[in-house]
Amino acid sequence: MGAGTIAASARSQARPVYVIDGARTPFIKARGRPGPFSPTDLAVQCGRLLLLRQPFAPNSFDHVILGCANQIAGEMNVARVAALRLGCGEEMPAWTVHRNCGSGMQSLDDAFRAVAHSDMDLVLAGGTEALSRAPLILADDATEWLAEFQTATSVGDKVKALSHFELAFLSPEIGLKKGLTDPVSGLSMGHTAEELAHRFGISRWQADDYALESHRRLARAQAEGWLDGEIEPMFAPDGTVYDHDDGVRADSSIETLGKLKPVFEPYGDVTAGNASQVTDGACWMILASDDAVKRHGLKPLARILDSEWAALDPKVMGLGPCLASAPLMTRAGLSLDEIDLWELNEAFAAQVLSCIEAFADAAFCRDVLGLQETVGAIDRARLNIDGGAVSLGHPVGTSGARIVLHLVNALRRTGGRRGIATECIGGGQGGAMLVEIMA
Amino acid sequence: MISASEFLGPELLTGTDGSRGKHWIRREDGDRLWLVLDKQDVSTNTFDEEVFRELDGLLAQAERGRWKAVVFRSAKRSGFAAGADLAQFRGVSAGVDLKRRVDEANDVIDRVAALAPVTIAVVHGTCVGGGLELALACDRVVAVDDAKFGFPEVLVGLHPGLGGTARLTHRIQPVEAMKLMLTGRTVGAGKAHSLGIVDAVVAERNVSKAVDQAATKRMDRRGSGIAGDAVNLLPARKALARQMRSETEKRAPHKHYPAPHALIELWEKHGGSEREMLHAERASFAHLLPMPVTQNLVRNFFLREKLKASGKGDSGIAHVHVMGGGTMGAGIGGWCALKGMRVTIEDPQVSSLAKAVAETHKLMEHKLDGPDLLRARDRFIPDPRSFGLRHADLVIEAGPEKLELKRSIYQRIEREVRGDAIVATNTSSLDLEVLADSLENPGRFVGIHFFNPVAKLDLVEVVRHKSVDEEAYKKALRFVGDIGKLPLAVKAAPGFLVNRALMPYLGEALLMMSEGEQRERIDAAAEQFGMPVGPVELADQIGLDICVAVADSLAADLGRPMPPVPQWLRDQVARGELGRKTGKGLYNYFEDGTPAKAKVVTPPDHAMRDRLVLPMVDAVAAALDEGVVDDLDSADAAMVFGTGFAPFRGGPMHYARERGVCDIAGALQKLSLTHGERFVPSEWWRKAPK
Repeated sequence: MGAGTIAASARSQARPVYVIDGARTPFIKARGRPGPFSPTDLAVQCGRLLLLRQPFAPNSFDHVILGCANQIAGEMNVARVAALRLGCGEEMPAWTVHRNCGSGMQSLDDAFRAVAHSDMDLVLAGGTEALSRAPLILADDATEWLAEFQTATSVGDKVKALSHFELAFLSPEIGLKKGLTDPVSGLSMGHTAEELAHRFGISRWQADDYALESHRRLARAQAEGWLDGEIEPMFAPDGTVYDHDDGVRADSSIETLGKLKPVFEPYGDVTAGNASQVTDGACWMILASDDAVKRHGLKPLARILDSEWAALDPKVMGLGPCLASAPLMTRAGLSLDEIDLWELNEAFAAQVLSCIEAFADAAFCRDVLGLQETVGAIDRARLNIDGGAVSLGHPVGTSGARIVLHLVNALRRTGGRRGIATECIGGGQGGAMLVEIMA
Repeated sequence: MISASEFLGPELLTGTDGSRGKHWIRREDGDRLWLVLDKQDVSTNTFDEEVFRELDGLLAQAERGRWKAVVFRSAKRSGFAAGADLAQFRGVSAGVDLKRRVDEANDVIDRVAALAPVTIAVVHGTCVGGGLELALACDRVVAVDDAKFGFPEVLVGLHPGLGGTARLTHRIQPVEAMKLMLTGRTVGAGKAHSLGIVDAVVAERNVSKAVDQAATKRMDRRGSGIAGDAVNLLPARKALARQMRSETEKRAPHKHYPAPHALIELWEKHGGSEREMLHAERASFAHLLPMPVTQNLVRNFFLREKLKASGKGDSGIAHVHVMGGGTMGAGIGGWCALKGMRVTIEDPQVSSLAKAVAETHKLMEHKLDGPDLLRARDRFIPDPRSFGLRHADLVIEAGPEKLELKRSIYQRIEREVRGDAIVATNTSSLDLEVLADSLENPGRFVGIHFFNPVAKLDLVEVVRHKSVDEEAYKKALRFVGDIGKLPLAVKAAPGFLVNRALMPYLGEALLMMSEGEQRERIDAAAEQFGMPVGPVELADQIGLDICVAVADSLAADLGRPMPPVPQWLRDQVARGELGRKTGKGLYNYFEDGTPAKAKVVTPPDHAMRDRLVLPMVDAVAAALDEGVVDDLDSADAAMVFGTGFAPFRGGPMHYARERGVCDIAGALQKLSLTHGERFVPSEWWRKAPK
């Protein structure tokens, strides 16, 4: 018996699960030095204003769940540290989730399934990531040397330890670089995007054009105030205010993008301009059962109907969204046309475009997804309508939550009813969620 | 059901159970004797004759036994002991009886020091003054990690008088000891350990083991070694004393504050011998105590307690929403968050909130560290969209002084705020009665008037209007107490008390400047009277724009003649020269905020001093007469703690009594003949008992 034959699961919808509210921090680009906020700081910055918006007290939750791919020393189990700092109370259980880029969505999924199964009624779930604070990692032999030095008590032992020192120990590896490389395939995320671009015939120009559009759409959303209420401003201890996603380049042009050199391999097409940015940010959502809605007098915004996880060869992880979202449509009996909006995380422009090609390819849909019919070509006017990770960044543990939150907000704004949020996951996975706006 | 930590309850204090006397508990623990102070009917231990007599009896008994160790500690949650009960110092006159009382108390402490068994003081919480002196008489001091130590006697015009000056300068580095005693500041357990006051710092759960170690002579003294002894030699003491004198003279001139100088002389002359110094200390203490200056400073302590008492009790306020993120709003909000309240703060400009966050974090970093700092920072929440308003227990409006603007803010507040919340305004110049009228529910509306800078000035005027609800008003007083400030109950009237009293003083100084008087001379006149800072410099500190605004509003509303605001001052404000905050005002300022002052050409005379100070005294008298403030003592307290009015003089009304009511009324009358109607004494002088 495999995973596909489990009878009782969230899919059987024991109880409806509602999205009550959500908020995120502005996403701030990592600019070569540690950012002003740790992962927990980010979660607290947007969490505290989100919680003040609610009619119930912060200790009303059953659980707090937070996705985070890079926790830092001093705040292990960011979910619990954030919960305590947000005033949820000493008696608030909390756990932190790691499914790489899927961590933020996994956190929502954990909450979704727990509420659906009547294990919980009111949950605070989301994701946080401070990539600018990703640690420097000493190689194993350097770490061993440090241990030897620190445990040496006598002068003689210390001198002995010093004699074992090698200059190579002074080159710590950048944790981020290591984190973005899959150890089994040996490919970095960028390489997987290059592979897909090649297989699905995505040109450099197409990728750059997609990136340009992402910036244009985000800039427009900012100008129109469409992100007000989704974003709560952050205030750093030194008095700096962060109130908008600062990775956006309204001055981008196809020419400036075209000048950039490939960043992962010579002769490649993936550049810093058409890849997602390295960014800090956090996002929370509040999920509730009918009972919680009644008890606290809440007004749900949407329902999470279904979720799905899929896995595939890490070398082509970028196709994860296709594998994860197709079953959602099948189970719900929905055609492509009935999905009003898509949030497909822009890990790389070429990767997004590859997914679009895959869904439109009859053979792929038949042989890989096992579908009777081709899914179809996703209308670009319904896809990432307010920009995405290329323009606003991809804080790894947060994006999965952000795309669900933004999907709900965008559907409400445009009068849409149903949407799918989906993302590829480093290491070869994909995650997807189907949401429906309340009538 | 209860939580695990509720079940376990608070940590018990080791060793504090035994057989009770009146104020002391006696506990036998093998070959150790514990003497635990648990003074009857009070929550904080203080020393008085009864406490010492009972201790004396217990010591006599201990001497007859064969104890290995005698351990002293307190059973009070608040701490070890806060020193002598100052009430017994009031109204003391010089003479044989005073000498006898000082000797008696010292003899008891000396008896502790002379005990043959190892004496150990176990100190938790506050250990100051006489409490610290008892600890210093012991061979070893074990501090619990929350302990705080200090000698605040100099703040009430004294120095330690139970052996503290001698024992501290011989237990730790003498210069450090003198610094502590001259500043009156308190140090925590860690610092006390590194200074050598304390020999071990432990968590309460390890007190038994630490006492074991000390009792079996396996705990070393942390105090000073050879280096300290060299400093105790006479030539070194002379040189250091000279330095200490000149430092002290700046803050506490010998003429006005004899105590710190007496302490320096005590150490300079006798610091080479602990025994000599003990003897001389008693005499010096007995000499200082009856002096009028000391009595006034002791009285100030009780004035502070009186104000504190009006704010006693828990207000129940946990969440404060501040409207207005300017200097005052940010200062008020930051202070409340520092003191444990959850604060949401809004402002139409996000940049103001950002500045508020930066300043608050600086304040908190200065006062806290570690998890305490993290928690305090998290309590200060910039809230641009006003989400906190409907959760607040107390709303403080700290917006611009514009009537229509405040009215519209109150309308918004009343739409959203909780029914049981208090609504307060920090207004200093608008009419509280008019503001109250604009509310649907004026009963829960009060004035809570802070002074700038909020972190430094403890006085807060809590203003009542005609339709205030008594419970709401009481809650406001208790709130001020909860955040560690001193509440002054006042009635709504222009300038309340403090601004009303300061303006004539500042205004007169400005007039003198218009008449060609040297500004440094004007300031010197006030400083020689005992004001910490002269009126010209004070005006710069407050901000010339604010001075003009308050002066104008008082002139319009008070119905009494005020010194006119000179045009040149208005011009200066228009040019943006607003005082210290802009680097230039009546003085020019250096980067660090100190003024560039020239030498005073001719020393000021009494006439100049009277012209400045008497209008301030008269304004307080008038406020008393109109019932703005309840009584003389409260008025004195407000002026001492709110304006720094010559503390050694005990406040304006006490000064008036000491100088003579008729004398002052006469002086004012004379001034009115030469300088104008504004000097005509108010009704209060005529009615006052002579």
